[in-house]
Amino acid sequence: MGVDVAATDTHRIAEAEDIVAVRQAVRLKAVEIGLNLVDQTKIVTATSELARNTLIHGGGGSMTLEVVHNGHRRGIRLTFEDHGPGIADIGLAMKDGYTTAGGMGLGLGGAKRLSDEFDIDSTPGQGTRVSVLRWGKV
Amino acid sequence: MDRIPILKMGEFLLVTIQVDMHDRLAMTLQDDLTALIVKHRARGVMIDISALEMVDSFIGRMLSNIANMARLLDANTVVVGMQPAVAITLVELGLPMRGIRTALDVEKGMAVLRAAKLAFGGSNGTNGRGRGGD
Repeated sequence: MGVDVAATDTHRIAEAEDIVAVRQAVRLKAVEIGLNLVDQTKIVTATSELARNTLIHGGGGSMTLEVVHNGHRRGIRLTFEDHGPGIADIGLAMKDGYTTAGGMGLGLGGAKRLSDEFDIDSTPGQGTRVSVLRWGKV
Repeated sequence: MDRIPILKMGEFLLVTIQVDMHDRLAMTLQDDLTALIVKHRARGVMIDISALEMVDSFIGRMLSNIANMARLLDANTVVVGMQPAVAITLVELGLPMRGIRTALDVEKGMAVLRAAKLAFGGSNGTNGRGRGGD
């Protein structure tokens, strides 16, 4: 994708408190690289949705946080990975209102709308990887 | 911290959410509030979210649930103090926030609760109490 990765760290998502912890880690990093308040709020909210998916649907997993560069633009890329049951029909899972866990079914579609770039890869029986990227304003 | 404090002020209950809530804490608040509405025969609930830097679908659903449960228990709910960045994000997230009435600050929220109580004073079960979004 033509981006350079400046820093990486990985956070475990194994219990409900970890959702709060990853939100806070992403907030700190977003402030650090100078995202404005609205962009901070969007990426933190996307984090919360995706971390909850990783925990509830994936049975736990991890989030990798990267600071990326493209010329003088800086952004945050988050990759959520689990080794849960995977998603059989990604198109259906992306639809608002579709839920298998009694939630509102906004997690994936909502996270996509809150991000500049979105990528999902899932294999039934093996797990799911979702990646989102939010660029700062230049 | 295991619980979010709920204050009683006359016929109203006041909640100020000041921590980044994990999901279980949000569920506990929902349960505590409904129990206290009945215990104190409260006619209104005000939830101050001005300290919340983020409202995701889980917290949004909790706020909707509280408003709907309170309505069934003859109490109005008003959510006050939402930060502009949170409002922008909620719209993009696609969260409907059905049945939730909002006000900009605590003072305006209190006016909403007082007006709702006056309009439908001693009644129970009257319809059309003016909630948005239904």
